[in-house]
Amino acid sequence: MSSENLSINVHHLTRVEGHGNIEVNLKKGTIEKCSWNVVEAPRFFEAFLQGRPYQEVNHITSRICGICSIGHQMASLKATEAAMGITISEQTRLLRKLLLHGENLQSHVLHTYFLVAPDFFGVGSVFPLVNTHKDVVLRALSLKKLANDLCDLVGGRTVHPIRCKVGGFTCLPKMSEMEQVRGRLEDARPEIDKTVDLFATLKIPAFVRETEYVALSSRSEYPLYEGELTSSDAGTFADAEYLKVTNEYCVPQSTAKYTRHKRESFMVGALARFNINHERLHPRAKKAAAALNLKAPCHNPFMISVAQVVELADSLEQALSLIDTILQKGLQEEALQVKPRAGRGVGIVEVPRGILFHDYTYDDQGEVVSANCIIPTNQNHANIQKDMEAFLPTILNQSPDAIRLNLEMLVRAYDPCISCSTHYLDVSFIE
Amino acid sequence: MKPKIALFDFASCEGCQLQVVNLEMEIPTLLGLVDIVAFREAMTEASDDYAIAFVEGSITRESDIPRLKKIREHAQVLVALGACACTAGVNALKNKMGMDRVQTIVYGDKASLYETFPARPIHAVVPVDYQIPGCPIHKDEFVRVVQALLLGKKPEIPDYPVCVECKLQDNLCVYELGQKCLGPITRAGCGAWCPSNLDACEGCRGYISDPNKNGQADIMAKYGLSAEMIKKEFRLFNAYTEDSNEQ
Repeated sequence: MSSENLSINVHHLTRVEGHGNIEVNLKKGTIEKCSWNVVEAPRFFEAFLQGRPYQEVNHITSRICGICSIGHQMASLKATEAAMGITISEQTRLLRKLLLHGENLQSHVLHTYFLVAPDFFGVGSVFPLVNTHKDVVLRALSLKKLANDLCDLVGGRTVHPIRCKVGGFTCLPKMSEMEQVRGRLEDARPEIDKTVDLFATLKIPAFVRETEYVALSSRSEYPLYEGELTSSDAGTFADAEYLKVTNEYCVPQSTAKYTRHKRESFMVGALARFNINHERLHPRAKKAAAALNLKAPCHNPFMISVAQVVELADSLEQALSLIDTILQKGLQEEALQVKPRAGRGVGIVEVPRGILFHDYTYDDQGEVVSANCIIPTNQNHANIQKDMEAFLPTILNQSPDAIRLNLEMLVRAYDPCISCSTHYLDVSFIE
Repeated sequence: MKPKIALFDFASCEGCQLQVVNLEMEIPTLLGLVDIVAFREAMTEASDDYAIAFVEGSITRESDIPRLKKIREHAQVLVALGACACTAGVNALKNKMGMDRVQTIVYGDKASLYETFPARPIHAVVPVDYQIPGCPIHKDEFVRVVQALLLGKKPEIPDYPVCVECKLQDNLCVYELGQKCLGPITRAGCGAWCPSNLDACEGCRGYISDPNKNGQADIMAKYGLSAEMIKKEFRLFNAYTEDSNEQ
């Protein structure tokens, strides 16, 4: 059945960075409207950070997002340390990298298993799968638990970590605990292999739209914590030049700002990272990419979830290697000594949904004068819009239900945030 | 028949609902005891037929109010989930700045496109039956509250300060480390989460019902600190309470 006249209203998609709506209007086969709208209640972090002391800034910005709270803290600490000229120890760098890989693992498990996979099993959520596919659900839950236990161990708490401070950590994990989690990570390798096998069987919609990809890049590793700001179109930029890339702008249909650079939109996240850094993947992750038929450059946004599965394999291996280094070198208590000073600093990290920027200016008392945070989901909004405009004409010959499902899956693939990528896209057909 | 429960959110980071998902291996057990009929973080289906509603987040704009009132009408029991819902949490840090100013700082000349008012906790808009405080909530406390509700009992949330839990765990007082801690007046129940990780309590669970601020001042005086020096910390998670007390 094809649709001559069609009106789609995807109602309120509540989430951290956006209540999202999809609106589509089709009259006599002509697309009159095709729009991705974000109508989330704004929370004004950049305003209320002003005047707050540097010691609590990473704890405040952590609260932007429960699921990426580790990433926000890392970007925040890097920005504050850059502003105040603070250098961190190698030990702190290793532990922070480990935390980011833990977050990447738990977030990607959540998205791929809990939010994406139910579509392919033809159910509305992971809950009915507890009865029908218990092994799959238990695998997902145990992988997620492992990742969260790792983050608890290093950060003191996986949601809004406690131990991460400007200059280092309030306290350190015990070696015996590190050894134990190392063993569990190693035991999880077959579970990652089974995850790859599962996603290799899923039928990914064939849709291609070339775009610009933005991510950190590094010569030495597949980076999350540090690297050079890189565009697939325009090469590398210094951290301080990030505004040249992001170019935020306001649009009337959205309470989240949009971004653009060389083209009308760009993409961040697992697929952008894969396209820019695939050569740096661990051999096991490269093997996973081959099994999943993911090849760089890939211009199919539905493959973002597949790139996340590849990153599961990579983050597991990088976490193991970081723990080995830590076990070998040991951990020493380090005094946190910070002398606040006036200045501006930019902190950039990769979080599960893409590249994240924090930019603070401090006064000489160490209180925030101004703050700017650019969140991955905001950077993807314009790209989602442009994808929808290109994708919709290719699926008009399908039934209204199929059109709706395809549009839902497109938005969900971006993993815009835990909630927004779920199956709450309540699409209603008026005509 | 299993009781039907639903989870909702307003302005928040959704970290408290994530804590529910983080129950992990306990989820299959939970699903054996209750039917989850609305939980946007995890499911397509959404029903208005539920007995217990857990609501995360603060109320920050007019359009939130009818949605919350509808949830209140449907639910026999409404539980506020986490700091944003219980005390308005960090969302209330903007409250005294003037809404025009905060809108302009974030959105510049497009400020008028973005509706907002000073953040309120859930109980400032509709009656709330129980509160699970914290930023984020503690998983064990969530489980205890669900157990009590299923047994038809009143869930008990501690009304003594975090200091008690620090003492029970034999923690080093973080004042000894030169930190400024809100433990003496903050509601316990988190197991002294932050001080146990050698970081000061930031008051995310709100104050106990009869906070002894003079006692807090005495402790600070002992360490050569003045109450004035901790004013900003008071506001971090409790700006709404502080502003309400002033009025």
